[in-house]
Amino acid sequence: MEKIYTRTKTIQEDKVSGFCPGCMHSTVIKLIGEVIEEMGMVDKTAAVLGIGCCGLHMDYMAYDNTTAPHGRACAVATGMKRANPNTLVYTYQGDGDLASIGLAETMSAANRGENISVIFINNGIYGMTGGQMAPTTLIGMKASTAPKGRIAEEHGYPMHMCEILNQLTAPAYLVRTSCNTPANVNKTKEAIRKAFQNQLDGKGFSMVEIVTGCPTNWGMDALASLDYIEEKMLPEFPLGVIRDR
Amino acid sequence: MARVFMKGTEAVAEAAVRAGCRFFAGYPITPQNEVPEYFARRMPEVDGVFVQGESEVASINMVYGAASMGVRSMTSSSSPGISLKSEGISYCAAARIPMVYANFARGGPGVGSIQPAQQDYFQATKASGNGGFQMMVFAPSTVQEAVDMTYRAFDYADRDRNPVLILADGVIGTMMEPVELPEMKSDEEIAAMKAAKGSWACVGHELDYAHRSWIQPGQWSTARMQEVNEEADALYRSWEKDAQAEEYMVGDAEVIIASYGISARIAKSAVNVLRAQGVKAGLIRAVTVNPFPYKAFDRINYDKCKAILDVEMSIPAQFVEDVKVGVKERCPIKTCLCSGGNIMSREAVLAAVKKIMEG
Ligand SMILES: Cc1ncc(C[n+]2csc(CCOP(=O)(O)OP(=O)(O)O)c2C)c(N)n1
Ligand code: SF4
Ligand SMILES: [Mg+2]
Repeated sequence: MEKIYTRTKTIQEDKVSGFCPGCMHSTVIKLIGEVIEEMGMVDKTAAVLGIGCCGLHMDYMAYDNTTAPHGRACAVATGMKRANPNTLVYTYQGDGDLASIGLAETMSAANRGENISVIFINNGIYGMTGGQMAPTTLIGMKASTAPKGRIAEEHGYPMHMCEILNQLTAPAYLVRTSCNTPANVNKTKEAIRKAFQNQLDGKGFSMVEIVTGCPTNWGMDALASLDYIEEKMLPEFPLGVIRDR
Repeated sequence: MARVFMKGTEAVAEAAVRAGCRFFAGYPITPQNEVPEYFARRMPEVDGVFVQGESEVASINMVYGAASMGVRSMTSSSSPGISLKSEGISYCAAARIPMVYANFARGGPGVGSIQPAQQDYFQATKASGNGGFQMMVFAPSTVQEAVDMTYRAFDYADRDRNPVLILADGVIGTMMEPVELPEMKSDEEIAAMKAAKGSWACVGHELDYAHRSWIQPGQWSTARMQEVNEEADALYRSWEKDAQAEEYMVGDAEVIIASYGISARIAKSAVNVLRAQGVKAGLIRAVTVNPFPYKAFDRINYDKCKAILDVEMSIPAQFVEDVKVGVKERCPIKTCLCSGGNIMSREAVLAAVKKIMEG
């Protein structure tokens, strides 16, 4: 029988995933690996991992990577790309990382039109540290630091990073996808490919915001988290291309 | 080599360019605004990169990224800005990323004052960020020395794969002096320096798990983290050989001034005045403040020396704590201090020495 599907070589064989069951971080890093392989870029790629569950795969990614201080991935990637423009440099960041502590670095890199690709995992929560409120936490959604749920009057509203960056002139590509259905997984893969291709074409800043789940800190099983994404997350974070230049 | 008249900040920047620095990111803060301004003009001439970061935090992280690609990289700031860089500096030290940064220190704490000070001594030499890492720290007392130290700092950084700090102050930064600039590294030399870092630089490698570049500012395994710290400790201890001091008229001295940086330069002129008056004064100037030249204090003739006078622009005194370790209670230590942006005066040093001689 012909083998038509194999695991991407960018993930080391003998390592065990550090992600919780049902976590979409693993889906996304698989997609990134596949795209890099299909583009023939494995030996020319460097990942800048944020701090959060996004760093859980550093031990088993088989290509070059570094870890940025919490929130600073876009600044680290700026330095890397400017110092060595031939390398495909992408950041991989969570919502706490990119939209809270790292907001200035994200906005400024986007505003400069840095020629980097940003993969942004919006799971509406601080996963790694145990479920604290994120800038993307939904109104009413419980978090360990918002035990009664997010209250607009006290905490403000969820931040829409694609729309916020869309106020800037420089960014080339801003898109929001999800991984809650096979069709959306495929769309996410194509968005990642486009963000990387934009960089190779010198188009400047691209960001793929991926709406995902965190079953562990949402306090639900993997299947229920898919429903939650569909019913609660996507109405707040509508999917689609926000900017494509 | 041409002798030119240059401001300290610009001379440091030019020395870095000549050492092969091809990436600079920084954020404006007095008294070192001319550093980013100089790089902004100069980098395009040498195919280098200048970025005005959105903050000191962003700037140090851009340097962390650029240096991770094997490019000689630098940032600079002044005291409050250096505090903001500390997490990034700690990451560079943890991941063993060579880079150079300069602190043109000003009065503190807090926003302090924009005038020169030496109040960042502990921060520079003991704890420049979390985790107990160390760096080589050079303390220039002239613009020429700032130039030479900056030029060599990149070699030390590459040798050790570790950050190196130029601990200057607002006087060194804003003063103009004649300097001899070092030789410009050629494009070939710069390319070779970058290539030498190819095995670990994060530029992309053949798909090979074992030999990928993995820049690690931390470790999953605590056993490995301890090993990494032990390796770093061995490096730090190897610096004993690199400790440098200037010993001036120490042999027969009855009072020995211990100082560094701009204070030491002022103290040296006080020693000359005192000697002309027949007072047997001497000076030990720490050229490196980490590693600290403790051994210089073993060469003192304690039968002759009545006291050590610690001269520094910091209240409370900080440098004196290292002097104490060097002196090992072999003679009393007095202090002559100023702070908050006030520059050490020669008169104050002369008076302090005379008080010791009379007492
Ligand atoms: C300077 C700093 N502050 C705080 C932390 C602790 N911390 C680690 S991960 C994290 C939140 C990560 O959340 P997010 O970016 O949403 O990623 P996720 O785990 O949800 O994928 C925090 C606050 C840190 N490592 N460094
Ligand atoms: S805590 Fe959440 S984000 Fe982190 S691995 Fe588990 S499910 Fe994924
Ligand atoms: Mg998150």
